[in-house]
Amino acid sequence: MQKTSDVAQLAAITKRMRRTAIEMITEAGSGHPGGSLSAAEIVTTLFFDVLRHDPENPQWPDRDRFILSKGHCCPILYAVMAECGYCPKDQLMTLRKLGSIYQGHPDVRFLPALEASTGSLGLGLSLGLGMSLAAKMNGGKARSYVVLGDGEIQEGQIWEAAMAAAFLRVDNLVAIVDYNQIQLDGFVKDIMSLEPLAEKWRGFGWHVIEAYGHDIAALQSAFGEASSEKGRPTCIIAHTIKGKGVSFMENNPKFHGSAPTREECAKALQELA
Amino acid sequence: MPAKTKYELPLGAATREAFGKALVDLGRTNPDVVALDADLSKSTYTAGFAKEFPSRFIECGIAESNMIAIGAGLASAGKIPFAASFSVFALNKGFEQLRVTAAYPNVNLKVVGTHSGISIGEDGPSQMSVEDLSLACSLPGFTVLSPADETSMIELVKLSAAHVGPVFIRAGRPKAARIYQAGRQFKIGQAIELLEGSDVTLIATGLLVAESIRAAEALEAEGISARVIDFHTIKPLDREAIARAARETGAIVVAEEHLADGGLGVRIAQVVAETHPAPMEFVGIQNTYAESATPEQLLDKYGLLARDVAAAARRVVKRKR
Ligand SMILES: Cc1ncc(C[n+]2csc(CCOP(=O)(O)OP(=O)(O)O)c2C)c(N)n1
Ligand SMILES: [Mg+2]
Repeated sequence: MQKTSDVAQLAAITKRMRRTAIEMITEAGSGHPGGSLSAAEIVTTLFFDVLRHDPENPQWPDRDRFILSKGHCCPILYAVMAECGYCPKDQLMTLRKLGSIYQGHPDVRFLPALEASTGSLGLGLSLGLGMSLAAKMNGGKARSYVVLGDGEIQEGQIWEAAMAAAFLRVDNLVAIVDYNQIQLDGFVKDIMSLEPLAEKWRGFGWHVIEAYGHDIAALQSAFGEASSEKGRPTCIIAHTIKGKGVSFMENNPKFHGSAPTREECAKALQELA
Repeated sequence: MPAKTKYELPLGAATREAFGKALVDLGRTNPDVVALDADLSKSTYTAGFAKEFPSRFIECGIAESNMIAIGAGLASAGKIPFAASFSVFALNKGFEQLRVTAAYPNVNLKVVGTHSGISIGEDGPSQMSVEDLSLACSLPGFTVLSPADETSMIELVKLSAAHVGPVFIRAGRPKAARIYQAGRQFKIGQAIELLEGSDVTLIATGLLVAESIRAAEALEAEGISARVIDFHTIKPLDREAIARAARETGAIVVAEEHLADGGLGVRIAQVVAETHPAPMEFVGIQNTYAESATPEQLLDKYGLLARDVAAAARRVVKRKR
């Protein structure tokens, strides 16, 4: 795979990844477009620029770990992993179908290059913490990056992991909150507000960076800052738009968990041309 | 022998939808009934109750363990709370809370787990509850219900509100075959014999009740007379019905959309062993997690269709001495 730090190139890849994710979900007839689109820049920037990884050698022990804790948004992850060469592009359109390696939620039994089977919200930060602790024990350089949903961090276990990571001074762990303001039943502010969110993470002992999650340069600098932070973990609060890139999906709770129709898909692909 | 009832088995509402309907009815007649959800109210169908009784609905966010213990607190303070989520999250995330804040002090909490089994389809194993019955049944004092259709769900939700003590109700995602006429009476702990039969008994719960009726019809054509019993109550078990089935038919198949380890089957086997030992076969998910596919494909692949119940019945009849 060709890694790049070039913002224009990363933006072009991101757009293609958005298109692929939309097509996959349409083909499957079910899935979660909104949160796949809001996380597109985050996942692309990590895999194509930030992560120390090698698709030719997916079991490299000192690789960085990526965990999509909000596992329902796996279409964007599958699209990016296939683009990197971890898994076949020509099977992407089998998402959610019988026998597909592209399961409805990330499943290491079917796709061993994944770092974790996720889908039950709230578990990923603890997993990432464990992986980061193992890297430290091994004296390696590996860092763990965990993408969390904003609804997801209502789970208590997230805050148990947050407390532990700071107490244990685990500075090779980065949490990225995809703060798209929407969860399953509606807007986060109406269901269980998270505010003041940055203060919560700071209060738990984390280094906090707020960034616009669709600004690739801002994400790159946030990941850079996280890498040089010593003695504590970093949380990047990525302010995003659910459904980003497709006008009728943007900020629309309906597209949390429903697939576009074929017509909607065509319209979305036009907008992402 | 009396003529067998013919079951048409047309599709009715999903049991989760029937739960939502029954909950609204309960809300209208009993002001102590309250509901809790964890960001799934449109999927569990508590949304109707939330809309009509906003002040008696608690949206907990994605925090199932908190929801279960809040529910236990409400119950301890005299409310009749129904806490709902996908079964896998209510039971697995909430198990410690179910044990220590509901079962152990024996509080009047009702927990409803929707999207049980593998018939949710495409979302895959992380959302599939295949161990909820064994978990719920392991809690002392809990009543565990698993209605097969719309009517039985509506009636059993009403009965659980009237029952004092913790209850777990299992509901499914897909539309369920209609087995009972509206208004039919049920009793917690009393299994219902749907078809008479003398060679083998098919004991089933949930979606597998309709499959077992279909299996019995296929077996009848081969000259095997199969009794079919709906176990809508998994705990406490109807020991009488089990002992009678073992004694009178001498062979039992248990069919459930659940891991064969620890579900209804092993519970029935315990009673058979204690009362009237007889050969048994089990139709369930075998020591694995399923995968993504359509519900139909999964029920086929994991062996939960009428065909599989009938095959088990043929095997068990051969084992009779
Ligand atoms: C423990 C758990 N509870 C409930 C669900 C069902 N569920 C799937 S997605 C979702 C909403 C997630 O919202 P958010 O974390 O904000 O994700 P995003 O907006 O990025 O899609 C819910 C409740 C789940 N997968 N896991
Ligand atoms: Mg969100």
